[in-house]
Amino acid sequence: MSRYIPITQRDREEMLKALGLSSGEELFSSIPQDLRGKSEIKIEPLRSEAALKEYFLSLSRQNSFQDKKVFLGAGAYYHYIPYAVDYLASRSEFLTPYTPYQPEVSQGTLAATFEFQTYMAALTGLEVANASMYEGASATAEAALMALRIRRGDIAVARSLHPQYRQVLRTYLEKQGVELVEIPFREDGRVDLNSLKELDNLSAFIVGYPNFFGVIEDLEAIQGVLKEKGALLVTSTWEALSLALLKPPGAFAASIAAGEAQSFGLPLAYGGPYVGFFATLKKYVWKMPGRLVGMTRDSQGRRGFVLTLSAREQHIRRGRATSNICSNEAWCAVRGAIYLSLLGKKGLRKLALLNHRRAVFASELLSEAGFKLAFSAPFFNEFVVDLGGDAEEFRRRLLERGFVAGYPLGRDYPELKNHLLLTFTEMNSRQDIEALVREMEALK
Amino acid sequence: MRLIFEYSKAGKEGFFVEEEEGKEIIPENLLRPEIEVLPEVSEREVVSHYLRLSALNYSVDWGFYPLGSCTMKYNPKINEEVASFFTEAHPLLPEELVQGYLRVFKELEEALKEITGLDAFTLAPAAGAHGEFTGIITVRNYLEARGERREVVLIPDSAHGTNPATAALSGFRAVEIPSDEKGMIDLEKFKAALNEKVAALMITNPNTLGIFEENIKEISRLLHEVGAFLYMDGANMNALLGQVKVADLGVDVIHLNLHKTFSTPHGGGGPGSGPVGVVEKLAPYLPGPRLVESNGLLLWEEAEGRIRSFYGNFLVMVKALAYIKELGGEGLKEVSEIAVLNSRYLRKRLEKKFKVAYPTETLHEFVLSDETFRDKISTLDLAKRLLDYGFHPPTVYFPLIVHGALMIEPTETESRETLDRFAEAMEKILDEAEKDPEVVKTAPHSTPVGRLDEVGAARKPILTWTQYKEKQD
Repeated sequence: MSRYIPITQRDREEMLKALGLSSGEELFSSIPQDLRGKSEIKIEPLRSEAALKEYFLSLSRQNSFQDKKVFLGAGAYYHYIPYAVDYLASRSEFLTPYTPYQPEVSQGTLAATFEFQTYMAALTGLEVANASMYEGASATAEAALMALRIRRGDIAVARSLHPQYRQVLRTYLEKQGVELVEIPFREDGRVDLNSLKELDNLSAFIVGYPNFFGVIEDLEAIQGVLKEKGALLVTSTWEALSLALLKPPGAFAASIAAGEAQSFGLPLAYGGPYVGFFATLKKYVWKMPGRLVGMTRDSQGRRGFVLTLSAREQHIRRGRATSNICSNEAWCAVRGAIYLSLLGKKGLRKLALLNHRRAVFASELLSEAGFKLAFSAPFFNEFVVDLGGDAEEFRRRLLERGFVAGYPLGRDYPELKNHLLLTFTEMNSRQDIEALVREMEALK
Repeated sequence: MRLIFEYSKAGKEGFFVEEEEGKEIIPENLLRPEIEVLPEVSEREVVSHYLRLSALNYSVDWGFYPLGSCTMKYNPKINEEVASFFTEAHPLLPEELVQGYLRVFKELEEALKEITGLDAFTLAPAAGAHGEFTGIITVRNYLEARGERREVVLIPDSAHGTNPATAALSGFRAVEIPSDEKGMIDLEKFKAALNEKVAALMITNPNTLGIFEENIKEISRLLHEVGAFLYMDGANMNALLGQVKVADLGVDVIHLNLHKTFSTPHGGGGPGSGPVGVVEKLAPYLPGPRLVESNGLLLWEEAEGRIRSFYGNFLVMVKALAYIKELGGEGLKEVSEIAVLNSRYLRKRLEKKFKVAYPTETLHEFVLSDETFRDKISTLDLAKRLLDYGFHPPTVYFPLIVHGALMIEPTETESRETLDRFAEAMEKILDEAEKDPEVVKTAPHSTPVGRLDEVGAARKPILTWTQYKEKQD
């Protein structure tokens, strides 16, 4: 038996005997024999732990990014993770239970999730937030579906929303037969309000905050247009750290703020697991997707937490549920709660400022070196440079010099094929930024 | 129980952030003030707080967790270690720099193809229900490409709630198929519901009663006859590893749950991972992006219909691959055999005093009804009392077709002694229900908190600390 099976050969024999069976094969006699043809799985075992570890080490040695200086964001961000986050989150008690269906023995996960909900509601400036969504793009798509439950009509989306998020929105909405209208961006990088004004029969408008170009949208002006139409403002944020500094969506009367909270204590890990967040107003709580943790009392009047308002969910409402989501990213949300508790009121703001200042520092160096910033509207920690020549080629040449210089926008915006989205966090030192600009200048 | 906010005091710091002079360009009217509810606490207090919270959780590492259809098996520790080799890469790095990462995708895709006999996989879905959505829209994409409009997805009444919710999310109408007296899909009723408006049947096999759907091949044939597909919810795949290849059952689409069958930790409700496998003719309609190999280099190729950002819950994939690699084909077969042996053994043991919902033979799990105790205690009472005996209760009140259901899945990672002790506890509770029902009805008595007021929680929801404070003032 493998080391994970605490049954001996003798147990096995005795247990089979107790069942009146003479072989393991007979356990499966309820499966019609003709379906049990060539069932053998041809995979060689690696029974030795050392050999298994070596196998994965050898795979990891096929990676070659470790010595590069990386200035990438675009939906996933390099931030430092305090050691205490890994230390606490790796405890079996957080890592190895399932959904807290038995609240009496799940108060740890439930309380930490309640804290996460509190943090995300506060960061977005809204009243309630759920326990988590898969990640930012599907959370944003679920926000669109919820908006449709509040108000029927078309969904408009900013062309400057993260391109992958737009693709996911399209996938989710086209299955519902809903029209998705794309709103262009202006020269300064912000939403073109005139195009938005032209629309009628609008359910909601979904805008990135900040948008894919790093630009901080003018939500007040957008809301001005939407109010007149009775349409909802839905924001999507994939650099959640920006919310520590920027006036939150709730302050602009957004109805839903969804997005990605990977920045709060989750490693990049090549794209996941991350953690989607989802916040809205109290009056819409019954229309929300996902798990919600609520505070309550036990039989002796002590504080406790439970999964609540579950009559919205698939295990109760089945085909009429607000979403099909079941497993979400609970453990990632616990990491988020630990991270935000450590950073705290002062630390999180300082960190956001540090990110912003590093990006501004980079933008000024680049301007001095004769590079043109594509958009004039303010940014948080990423911005777009117009290289005046093919960005893919430029990036390739920088890679030869040891720099992964941002994300070439031509992949998603044919009109921006000379443009590079550059990202700066606390992990990019001023020296590294200076070196990047020097190399870019040399290649110009 | 205190929350982190209650430790807060101005001037404490949990993390050092560099002070760095520099220019800012965000206009004042776009900035917010400090976020009041964020606490000011030291690292020492944060560690102590979350350590104490963790101690309030029951977990697989702690003990028996026979949650039916959730496959709460032991999570190997080495898998956490090997996953830690893969935490640093940004998902948008050029592919040539992350060939090791991409090789993990490739190896896992190949392994899952070998295990299921299916032709193509996407590893992108973040969980089982996300996989269901991915699989059903793959069918929809195929039908739409052929100009076919079909409205209906058939779903047995014993199915998980995610199945009908998925059908709705994918733009289909769910039509329920009743179970027969054996606990299987009623073949006649299925035939009656089948027509050219049906896009697919979503089957769980073995189903949520732990029963193998013996007519699956015939069901598949009938579906194919009208141009519909057989979707299999792979939640219960732990029963079949190495025993059958699902492709041989006539399955066209499956989602697997890496966090169930392939041992990755459930994390208190995620992250999961729900890869979707399909037969050849559906492969071109799987949502993108797709991994392709060209001259030994692995690359991403965009394709229509993305369902999330980037490529999936990568770290979960690493752990699942480690599990598959360690056990190999023979080890995986041993997993299903012992999972079924343990379940059958426990069933036999419990049948002395409890009523199994359907007499049919079961595989990795089985469902008890409340028939032998409902006049004295409820299923909920019994579940809560199990906590006092140190066990996590089974899944309760599901499937819906069994009165007061207790759905028990022991998995292969439990010893015979544990199964015996669990059965003894169950019988003892039955005894208590006879002699001292109050102690059962007021259980649990030994947990960090007692039975919680769920009705009150839903009537006046308090979902954040901010809301709670407002109500206090």
